[in-house]
Amino acid sequence: MTILTLNKQQLESKIGKMDESMQNKISMFGTPIEEVTDTEVLVEIFPNRPDLLSFQGFTRALITYFKKPGLQKYKTEKPEKDYRVIIDKSVKKVRPFTACAIVKNLKLNDEKIKEIIDIQEKLHASYGRNRKKLAIGIYPLEQIKLPITFMALPPEEIKFQPLDFPRKINGRQILSQHPAGKEYGDLLKNVEVFPIFQDANKEILSMPPIINSDKTGKINEKTKEIFIECSGFHLGYLKKTLNMIVTAFADMGGKIYQMEVQDSKKYFSPDLEPEKMIFSIENINKTLGLNLSEKEVRKLLEKMGITTEKNNALIPAYRTDILHEIDLTEEVAIAYGYDNFKPEIPEISTIGQEDKTAILKRKISEVLIGLGLLEISTFHLSTKEKQFKKLNVKEFHPQMIEVVDSKTENNILRTSLLSHNISVLSENLDSEYPQKIFELGKVFYSDDNEETQIGEKENLGISICYEKANFTGIKQILDYLMRMFEKEYEIQEIDNPSFIKGRCGEIMIDGKSVGVLGEISPTVLKNNKIKMPVASLEIGISWLV
Amino acid sequence: MAKKEQNLDNLIESLSPNERKIIPNLNEKTLDNLNEKLAEMDTVAVLRALEFLSNKKIIVLNQKSKKTIELGINGILYIKKGLPERNLINLIVEKSSVTIGEAKKQSKLNDNEFKVALGVLKNKVLINLVNGKIILSGTKEEICKKFLEEQFLESLPKSFEELQPEEKFALKNLKSRKNIIDIQDKKIVEFEVTELGNQLMKTDLSKAGNLIETLTSSLIKSGQWKGKKFRRYDITSQLPKIYGGKKHFVNQATDYAKRIWLEMGFKEMTGNLVQSGFWNFDALFTAQDHPVREMQDTFFIKNKSTNFQDKKIIEEVKKAHEGKIKGSKGWQQDWRAEDSEKVLLRTHTTCLSVQTLREIAENKEFPAKYFALGKCFRNETVDWSHGFEFNQTEGIVVDENANFRQLLGYLKEFFKKMGYEKIRIRPGYFPYTEPSLEIDIFHPIKKKWLEFGGAGMFRPEVTIPIFGRHIPVLAWGPGFDRIIMEFFKITDLREMYKNNLNQLRGMKVWRK
Repeated sequence: MTILTLNKQQLESKIGKMDESMQNKISMFGTPIEEVTDTEVLVEIFPNRPDLLSFQGFTRALITYFKKPGLQKYKTEKPEKDYRVIIDKSVKKVRPFTACAIVKNLKLNDEKIKEIIDIQEKLHASYGRNRKKLAIGIYPLEQIKLPITFMALPPEEIKFQPLDFPRKINGRQILSQHPAGKEYGDLLKNVEVFPIFQDANKEILSMPPIINSDKTGKINEKTKEIFIECSGFHLGYLKKTLNMIVTAFADMGGKIYQMEVQDSKKYFSPDLEPEKMIFSIENINKTLGLNLSEKEVRKLLEKMGITTEKNNALIPAYRTDILHEIDLTEEVAIAYGYDNFKPEIPEISTIGQEDKTAILKRKISEVLIGLGLLEISTFHLSTKEKQFKKLNVKEFHPQMIEVVDSKTENNILRTSLLSHNISVLSENLDSEYPQKIFELGKVFYSDDNEETQIGEKENLGISICYEKANFTGIKQILDYLMRMFEKEYEIQEIDNPSFIKGRCGEIMIDGKSVGVLGEISPTVLKNNKIKMPVASLEIGISWLV
Repeated sequence: MAKKEQNLDNLIESLSPNERKIIPNLNEKTLDNLNEKLAEMDTVAVLRALEFLSNKKIIVLNQKSKKTIELGINGILYIKKGLPERNLINLIVEKSSVTIGEAKKQSKLNDNEFKVALGVLKNKVLINLVNGKIILSGTKEEICKKFLEEQFLESLPKSFEELQPEEKFALKNLKSRKNIIDIQDKKIVEFEVTELGNQLMKTDLSKAGNLIETLTSSLIKSGQWKGKKFRRYDITSQLPKIYGGKKHFVNQATDYAKRIWLEMGFKEMTGNLVQSGFWNFDALFTAQDHPVREMQDTFFIKNKSTNFQDKKIIEEVKKAHEGKIKGSKGWQQDWRAEDSEKVLLRTHTTCLSVQTLREIAENKEFPAKYFALGKCFRNETVDWSHGFEFNQTEGIVVDENANFRQLLGYLKEFFKKMGYEKIRIRPGYFPYTEPSLEIDIFHPIKKKWLEFGGAGMFRPEVTIPIFGRHIPVLAWGPGFDRIIMEFFKITDLREMYKNNLNQLRGMKVWRK
């Protein structure tokens, strides 16, 4: 979840007082308020709107929504002499694209610089997928001699002083010594050459996506003109990101200049021309269940910063979220106000139907509750301890199904309910006895015939635990259940490490083994610190149908 | 006056045989004394009778607990055989100087006892250790005198309150040693006889002896109960609690929620908890580099991979991601099969919805309405508002004429039936729905809107690969556990699946 923190006073000066009604309106715009303090306003920004991740982008959208509808136009100046970026062939394999711009006329101060770094970091983390997809560099133009080359070199040949580092080191050393190198070094794993931006004096500006140069890649209060680049793997994403940043700079008073990018084809960057998308009033009304006139739809789109020309919507060049006409439909819905829709339940005749297994489970639990049993509900994830070791099961590796990097101790899927029955008894030593419990739920098993190589089946586990709990007690429960479901069954003696030898049986229906029952072995009870006898059963319920 | 006598008669009629036995002995004042006097009666029965007498205002019962110090198993042994330190010092006196090894051997103490004994004597400055030899350093008088610990042991049992400071010191020393003393919390039960009690003690209770205590089958058969009175019960007295079998409280609420959907004409869908990346993410137009697909947010299963049976749908979904279906830009990046083959625990029940759509596309049966209520998984650390397993209530409506207002209609109705009249519906975002919405519920105590879950209409990028054209589908999947927390007065999601039997037994029933 990405949270944007805004200066409350500055925000209020742009859009009005942050009272409860304003807070609600902002939430209803699709940017829910997380918290309002004396000095700050925290809003959540959804991942489809990275263009809102700056004070400028956010207030621009709200001002358009509340006060000044329509498309916000941004002017770009033609490139001046040497405003060029040459993409060298050497970099195409490791980091094929970049989108660049120059912004002049900036008046920066400490706070603005912090803001710029914040925009950059937020975009890196969210839209840039932690720099995996793209990285942004901002440089003081005064320190750079144009044109700029985007190229790649073997890491040992890349030598410069990275940002906030005392001396020159090479590309490889940056990855092992510089904090940013350590954090993002994985992004340059398995490549032979590292990408760099270099100016006309062969001065290295940066090594994306890791770090800028300390000399040429650090803006300060005196910086008036900057060079911005976004580099990465999908040109479309890079252009959008650049547009979000330059428009934010333009809102700070900057003047945007294009650069000529020399790739296999030449083109000018940035391109702030709005995108066009065809839309139909009829489709929008049908999806929303409204009856808006053409004029109304156009007006609503304007509130969202989208203007229209005939049946074309003109979408700001920094918006990333309009993939389809349906996205324009949502824009109309937000502008119309979610709270203004009249809910309706249509008359469609469909017949409700409960799932068969769900019915069976409900019936089984009715029978067991009638016997005074208490239903428990445990997790599908489990531990080796619980599942196997404490149950005295020694050979468990073949049946174990593990999950990757669990954040809790639970790192395998449960393969039996019996184990969880026992662990619940073990956690309730101070609860009054008799304890009689059951659980209905899924257990997992490996099966290469299944699409996911894992099978799932519904089981029933029952345990009784008190001074006189014994085989007879658990078999009586089984017997009652079987009679209620009109099933013939047999018990065949087997050995099972969790049960007392000679007091454990396999439950057989139509000659097939469907479950197990017996008295739990004192070894297992001791492993679980249980001081009362326990008798248990576990059975697959599909056999009861 | 007549009334008062009547009351006394009623009271006498209500006395149980045990109570009648006790009343003449109420001068005994304490439970212990009574037990001695009425040795033929069970202590528990005496105590229970005293409680009943107290309820009847015949006595005032005063129960308090008292710590008493008694001899432990080893304590009893040492009283007979002497403390290890006594045995050891006797040995040393006899030999006057002896090596540690020799002393150990001759004293016949075990390792632990010997170590303790040596330590104790050293602390008392009765011996010194020099070059591995034990040398006496105490005076004869000091040595012969009974140790504090010995005196203390012999004085037991004793109550904790009456201990002198030096006895407390001895207790501290002995407490740390194994099983020498045993500290017990003893219940002391005392009582005073009320005026009513005094009156009863003077009364002849024998007439109550003719009352019928228990109605038995033989009494009924013989008819001997006729003309006799039954002993009166104290029908207001407190009883031990009993517990019944019952459904887990979450499942009680689940059953109800299911009924809401069934009554609105929804069919139940179920499916696997283990899913492929394809059905959980790709078919729901979740970009392959979406953060939710990373290891830290989803439980992926080790060493498993999906073998897809339905290859056609995969091709269609790939097109949607790569921007190759009409009217959509897609995610503008290459789609890789490997990510879709990963095996994982479903992160939402929405994967069931999209699988159901696939079935509907085959049999062409719609309008159709389906629901699911089941477990989902997220690889999260656990806190009050997050668990790694949680329930979701899922629903879809597939209909050419489905629209956004209807989506709001179904949701409002469901939440109303779950007990939430006031909900806020605001814009939301999910990769697979557009328009999307979030349902908020106002928390009266926290005074803020709490997020209860999301909904929307499936994007064309989801429906076109399945149906070949866009058919409107309303879809929702609010988390369920949060919805029911309020009713069960649970403030921490961890309480839901703790399986504390006391909690389960005590939890009120779902009353909707």
